[in-house]
Amino acid sequence: MDRIEREARELLEAKPGVLEPGHTYASVTDKISAVVLSRKTPRSWIIGFAISFVLVLMLFYTIAYLLAVGVGIWGINIPVGWGFDIINFVWWIGIGHAGTLISAILLLLRQEWRTSINRFAEAMTLFAVSCAVLYPLLHMGRPWLAYWLLPYPNTMGLWPQFRSPLVWDVFAVSTYGLVSLLFWYVGLIPDLATLRDRAKRTSVRVIYGILAMGWRGSAIHWHRYETAYLLLAGLATPLVVSVHTVVSFDFAVSVIPGWHATIFPPYFVAGAIYSGFAMVLTLAIPIRAVYGLEGFITQSHLENMAKIILATGWIVVYGYAMEAFTAWYSGNAYEEFMILNRMTGPYASLYWTLLACNALAPQALWLRRVRRSPLLLFAVAIVVNIGMWLERFVIVVTSLHRDFLPSSWGMYTPTRYDWSMYIGTIGLFLALLFLFIRFLPMISIFEMRAMVNEGIEEEHR
Amino acid sequence: MTPREDGFEPGIDASPWDDEPSRRRFLKLMGASIALAGMSGCTRQPLEKIVPYVRAPEDLVPGKPLFFASSRVLGGTALGVLVESHMGRPTKIEGNPEHPSSLGSTDALAQASILDLYDPDRSQVVTQAGQIATWPALLGALSAALAEENASRGAGIRILTETITSPSLAARIRALLAKYPEARWHSWEPFARESAAAGARMAHGEPLNTVYRLDRADVILALDSDFLHAGAGSVRYARDFASRRRPGAEGRGMNRLYSIESAYTLTGAAADHRLAVRASEMDACALRLASELDVAAVRGRAGPSLGPERDRWMRALAGDLRRAGANGLVVAGDDAPAAVHALAHAINGALGAAGGTMYLTDPLEAGAADRAGSLGALLEDVDAGKVRLLVILGGNPVYSAPERLDFASRIAKVKVRVHLSLHADETSRLCHWHIPEAHWLESWGDARAHDGTISMIQPLIAPLYNGRSAHEVISAMLGEPARTTHDVVRAHWTGGAPAAKDGKPSAGAEEAWLRSVHDGFVAGSALPPREARLREALEIPVPQEPRDSGAIEVVFRPDPSTWDGRFANNAWLQELPRPFTKITWDGAALMAPATAAALGLEAGDVARIAHEGRSIEAPVWILPGQAQGSITVHRGQGRTLAGRVGNGVGFRVSPILPAGPGSHITGVEVTRTGARHEFAATQLHHDIAGGHARERGIVREGTLDDFRKSPESIADRGHAPPADLTLYPAWKNEGHAWGMSIDLGSCTGCNACMVACQAENNIPVVGKEEVARGREMHWIRVDTYFTGAPEADSVAHQPVPCMHCETAPCEVVCPVNATVHGPEGLNEMVYNRCVGTRYCSNNCPYKVRRFNFFRYADLETPSLRLLHNPDVTVRTRGVMEKCTYCVQRISAARIQAKKDGRRIRDGEVTTACEAACPSRAIVFGDLNDPASRVSRMKASPLDYGLLEELNTRPRTTYLARVRNPNPEIRGA
Repeated sequence: MDRIEREARELLEAKPGVLEPGHTYASVTDKISAVVLSRKTPRSWIIGFAISFVLVLMLFYTIAYLLAVGVGIWGINIPVGWGFDIINFVWWIGIGHAGTLISAILLLLRQEWRTSINRFAEAMTLFAVSCAVLYPLLHMGRPWLAYWLLPYPNTMGLWPQFRSPLVWDVFAVSTYGLVSLLFWYVGLIPDLATLRDRAKRTSVRVIYGILAMGWRGSAIHWHRYETAYLLLAGLATPLVVSVHTVVSFDFAVSVIPGWHATIFPPYFVAGAIYSGFAMVLTLAIPIRAVYGLEGFITQSHLENMAKIILATGWIVVYGYAMEAFTAWYSGNAYEEFMILNRMTGPYASLYWTLLACNALAPQALWLRRVRRSPLLLFAVAIVVNIGMWLERFVIVVTSLHRDFLPSSWGMYTPTRYDWSMYIGTIGLFLALLFLFIRFLPMISIFEMRAMVNEGIEEEHR
Repeated sequence: MTPREDGFEPGIDASPWDDEPSRRRFLKLMGASIALAGMSGCTRQPLEKIVPYVRAPEDLVPGKPLFFASSRVLGGTALGVLVESHMGRPTKIEGNPEHPSSLGSTDALAQASILDLYDPDRSQVVTQAGQIATWPALLGALSAALAEENASRGAGIRILTETITSPSLAARIRALLAKYPEARWHSWEPFARESAAAGARMAHGEPLNTVYRLDRADVILALDSDFLHAGAGSVRYARDFASRRRPGAEGRGMNRLYSIESAYTLTGAAADHRLAVRASEMDACALRLASELDVAAVRGRAGPSLGPERDRWMRALAGDLRRAGANGLVVAGDDAPAAVHALAHAINGALGAAGGTMYLTDPLEAGAADRAGSLGALLEDVDAGKVRLLVILGGNPVYSAPERLDFASRIAKVKVRVHLSLHADETSRLCHWHIPEAHWLESWGDARAHDGTISMIQPLIAPLYNGRSAHEVISAMLGEPARTTHDVVRAHWTGGAPAAKDGKPSAGAEEAWLRSVHDGFVAGSALPPREARLREALEIPVPQEPRDSGAIEVVFRPDPSTWDGRFANNAWLQELPRPFTKITWDGAALMAPATAAALGLEAGDVARIAHEGRSIEAPVWILPGQAQGSITVHRGQGRTLAGRVGNGVGFRVSPILPAGPGSHITGVEVTRTGARHEFAATQLHHDIAGGHARERGIVREGTLDDFRKSPESIADRGHAPPADLTLYPAWKNEGHAWGMSIDLGSCTGCNACMVACQAENNIPVVGKEEVARGREMHWIRVDTYFTGAPEADSVAHQPVPCMHCETAPCEVVCPVNATVHGPEGLNEMVYNRCVGTRYCSNNCPYKVRRFNFFRYADLETPSLRLLHNPDVTVRTRGVMEKCTYCVQRISAARIQAKKDGRRIRDGEVTTACEAACPSRAIVFGDLNDPASRVSRMKASPLDYGLLEELNTRPRTTYLARVRNPNPEIRGA
C-alpha cells in the first residue's frame, strides 16, 4: 500500500521540463500576451472560427425549430425516451471534468506541470458545461417550464420532487458550472491586468481594465488572491467527484437493466476524467503547434496526460468487465439478457467499437514512443473521445430499447436534427474556444513567470 | 339609447375611457396592452360564441351526459348500443346491456364509428357530375327519370343496396317495386354471408339463418370461422364463449374449442387445438370429419386423407364431438365455402345440436333474393341496355366489386346513376348524382340483430351536413319527398300509414314504439327457432382426391380495421394494430415462414401475386400459424377516394378477386418485385418475443389438468417479493382502493378496449410515420406473443394498461411531482405540471406511458372538436400521458354517491376498456371491498402480477390462462 502510494506520489511529483529552458519573465509574458494583443490573427484561426460559427448557426436553427415544433424532431420514442440529448449531455459533462481536475486537484497536489495547461483546460470545462446544459434544458417537452425544477417559493405551493435524480442534477451541474466559472475568472484576473498594462489601444485597455477589477499586483492583492484561489480549488475538488456521480444516478436510480447498477458512480467519474484528458490532448496538440507554444506545453505535459488516460482507461475497462460479470453473476434474466443484447443485439457493432476504442486503443500508450509523439497521441485522444461517446450511447440506448416486456421493445435511430444539434454544440464549443484563444491568455502568464523563477533558482542552487 | 337585445347597455364598456387621460393611467394601459398582446400573440384565441338555450331541453343538465339507445348496422346486422351524448353531441358508444347481440359490450368497429360521424372528409353536399347541386335539383332529375319509366312500368329502374335487414326500409322498397313492377332490387356487399345462405340452402333447401348458443356448447369446432371477432353476433358469441372459459367457476365446466383455419383468427388463437389447413382444403376437411362422425347425408363419401398426422387429429376431434353429442357444435365461418356450411349443418344435425347449441331461423335479410349473383345479374341487364336509372343506396361497388366484373366501366351505359354514401367515393365519382348520406348517429332506422331481434336506430344529432337516409331517397322516388325518415320508420312500427288525421296512431302502438325506441329494440322480436329437415344426401362438390397442395392459394378476408373498405378513412381504426401482425396503416400479404422461404420472399419484400392474367403487388409479412402455401390478403385497403386518412393506405386486392362466389383462389404465381416496403408495426421482434414472454413469466398458461392438480402451480412462480420489502410506508387507501384484473383466459385480443379507450380519453392519432418511430399513443395496448414453436399453435394476447403500481418507479423519478400517487391508489398524471423529461417513461418497466412528442391533438378541424369527451383534458405537446383508470368516470360516480350519501357500489365505475370488452376479460373495482368482482378475481389462485419480481406491486393484475386440451392430441 505504502509503496503504491509512494510511487504514485513520485509519479505525480515528477516534473521533468515543464518549461523549456531559456525563458525569462519578459519572454514568457511577451510570447503569451502577443497571441492576444499584437500578433496577427492567424489565417487558421479565421478559418476555424468561421467554420465553427457556421455550426453555431446550425445549432441556433435546430434550437429554434425544436422550440417551435417539439422534441419529436429527434429520433427518440417510447421505449427509448432519451437519445442524443442525454448521451451528449453526459459526454459534454464528462469532458469538462479534466479541466477541474487539472486546475483544482493538481493545484492542491502541487503539480506544477499543470500550470501551462490549466487555463485552457478550465476554459474547456466551462465551454463543455455550457454545451452540456443545453441538452437537459432543451430535451424537455416544455423547456419554457424548466424553472420548475428549481426550489423556489411559488403560488402553486409546490416544490420539486426531491427524490428525483434530475433535481439532484440541477444542483450538481449548476454548482459545478458556477464554481468552474469563478475559478477560471479568478485565475484570469492577474493576467487580465497584464493585458491591460500592455494594451496599446485605449478601448482594449478599458475593456481589460474593467475585467481586471482594479488589480494592481500589490502584495495584499497577491496574498488575498492566493487564499481565494486555494479556497476555490478546495471547493472545486469534491465537485470533480460529485457531478458525474450525480449524473450517473440518473441511470443508477432507475429500475432498467443496464442502468440499475451500483458501480455507476466511480465508473462514470473515471470515464469522465478519461474523456476529459483525451479532450485536453485533442485541443492542446493542435494549439501548441499553431501558436508555437511547444516551449510551454512540452512533451512531458503530453506524456503525463497520456499516463493519466492510460490509468483511468483501465478503471473504465474494469467497469465494463464488472458490468458483464455482475449481469452474469446476478443470475437475473433481465440483466443477462441486457448484456447479451449489448454484445449480440442490433447495436452490437457499437458495443464492440466502444471496447476497441476505450479498452484497446489506449494500450498503445504503454509505449514511450507513442506517448512522446504528438501525432499518435492526438490520434489516440480522438479515438478515446469517440469511444466515450459510444459508451454513453450504449448505456442510454441499448438499455432502454429492450427492457422487460418484449412487446414494448423498439429501436432508436437518430434523425438529422439529432446530428445537427450534436454537431452544433461541437461548433459552439469550438467557437467559444477560438474566441477564448484570441481574446484571453490561453496560458497563465503569471504562473508561468513563477515557473521561470523556480527554474532560475534551481540553476543557482 | 335603445336597449340591445342581449340586455347590455351600449356604451357601458366604453365609460372608463371618458376619464381625463393621465400619465399614470397611460402607463397602466400601455403595460396592460403589452402584456395582453404578448400573451395573445403566443396562443390561438379562437372566436367563440356562447348561445344559451332559449328553451332548455328536458333532462339536459350541463356537464351530465345522457345515454340514448341506438343500433350500429354492419353487414346488415345490428348491434345494440347506448350512445353517450354531451350537450347534444354524441361522444362515446357503449353496448346496450339489454340488447341480445351486445349485452353491454361492443366491438372495435362500433367504438370507432363515432369518429366516422365527425369525419371532416364526409361529403357535405349533393353533387351533380362533381359540381355542387341541391336536393331539389336532384328531386327534379329523379322524378324526370322516373317519369320516363312510367310507361315501361319501371323496367329501366334498378336499385342496388347493401345487405338490408331493415323491415321498414324493405317495406318501402317493396312499395316502390309495387309501383314500378318491372323495376329490380339488387344487392352487393363484399362480406354479406352469402355462402352461409347458400350452404343452408344446400342442406335445408332454404337460406336459413343460424344462431349459436355457445354458452351451452361443451365442444366447439370453428371451421374457418372467426365467430369471436367478426360477423353477426360476434360480440354476443365472445361473451357466451368466455362464460365457459373460467376454470373453477360454477356451472357446466370449461368448454373445448377446436379451430381449423387457413390463417390465424382470434378464434383460432383462443382455441385449445388449432389445425392450419388451406382454405381450399376446408371442404375436404369438413367432409372427412363428417365421415368420421358417420353423418348420414354424406355416407359413403369418406373424403381424401389429410395425411396421418391430421387424420389422427381429426379422429380425436370426431371422438370428442361424438362424446359431446347434442352439446357439440360446429361453426362454419362466414367466408367459408357453401359446401363447408352445408357439411356443418349436416354434422350439427347428426350431433343433435339443433335446438340446443344452435338453432335455425328464417333469414334475417329482407328481399333481394340470390344475393350472391345479384351484382352479376344487374350488370348483364346493364350490358343489355335495359337499365336507365340506377340508384345505389350505400356501398362502394366501384371499389369493392371484383375487377373481373368491370363494374366501373360497364355502368357507364346507364343513363342516370345516383349514389348515396357517406363519402364522395370511387363510386360517387362515376355517378351523375351523389347524395351525402346521414350517418347512423344522425338518422332513424331499424335492422335485425343476429338472432332477428328488431333493433332501433335513433339519431343523436341533426345531420351535420344535411345528409339523407336511404329512406328519404326511396320516399323521394315514391313521390313523397316531404316524408321524413322518422315519419316512415315510426309509421312502420305504429302500424300503417303516416300519423292519421288526428296526428296520433292508437295509444298502444305509440307506447310500444316509444318503448322500443327507448330500449333500442323491440322486445321479444327475435326470430323463433325453425324446424328444418336436412336433405338426405348432400350434393356437394368435394373432390375425392387431395388437391394439389403445391399450388399457392390466396385467401381474401375483411380487414380487421377497415372491414370492406368503408372504415378506411377512420384514423382510429387505421392506427389500430391489426391482431397478430400489429401493423398499422397498411395491408400485407400474410404467409407462413416456410411459404415465404419456398417463394424466396422475406418480410418487407413487395411480391407480385398474379392469377389468370391479373396481378396485384403486396408487401409480405411473415406470420407463423398460416397454412402452408396459403397467403392471406385483406380487402378494404388501397382506397383512392376515401379521404385524407385512407387514401393510398395499403393495397387493393380487387384485381384478383374471384368474379363468382368464394373467398379464395388457387394456383397463383408469386414473384418478388425487388421493391421493399416499410411497415409501421407497434410490436416488433415477434420471432424472439414469445420465448422471452414464457421464460420471464409475462404470460402464464396451464392446462385444466394442471389446474385441477394444483391451482397455484400455473400462476405462482415464487417471484412476488415480501410485502415489507420497501423503504417507504405502505399506502393507506382508506376510502376506495381501485384495482383491475384482466383474465387472459377469456381475452380474445379483439382490440375493442383500445378503441374504447381512445374514444373515451381523447387519445390522438399520430400517423404511420410516427407509429414507425414508436410513438403511438394508445393507453392500453394488446400484446401478442407466439409462444409455440415457429409454425405451432399457441398465441397469447395480453392487454396492457397502466399497472398503477403501489411502488411506482415513475413517481420517484419525476422531478416536478407531475406523476403522483392518489389517495385511492391511482397513479395520477398531472398534465399541467409535466415538463416532459420522459424519465418516468424510461423508468416504467411496462412502457405504458405515452409522450406527446409533437402536438398530436387536432385542435383545428372544427368537426373533430365536437368529438372530444369534455370530461378529459386534451393534452398539449411535450406532456406525458397514460391510462388513468378512467378517473373521470370514478369522479362522476363519486359525486353521485356523495349526493346519495353512500359508498360507490361495485360495478358503478366501469372503465372504458372494461365496458367495451365483449368477453368480460377486464374487471375494475374497489379492492377495499372484499365482495367486489375485482377482489374476488384477485383472490383466484390464477392471479399474478406482471413483473411482480420488480416489487412494483401493480394494481392491475392478470389471471393466468387455462386451456382445456384434449389429452388424445399430442403436444397440447
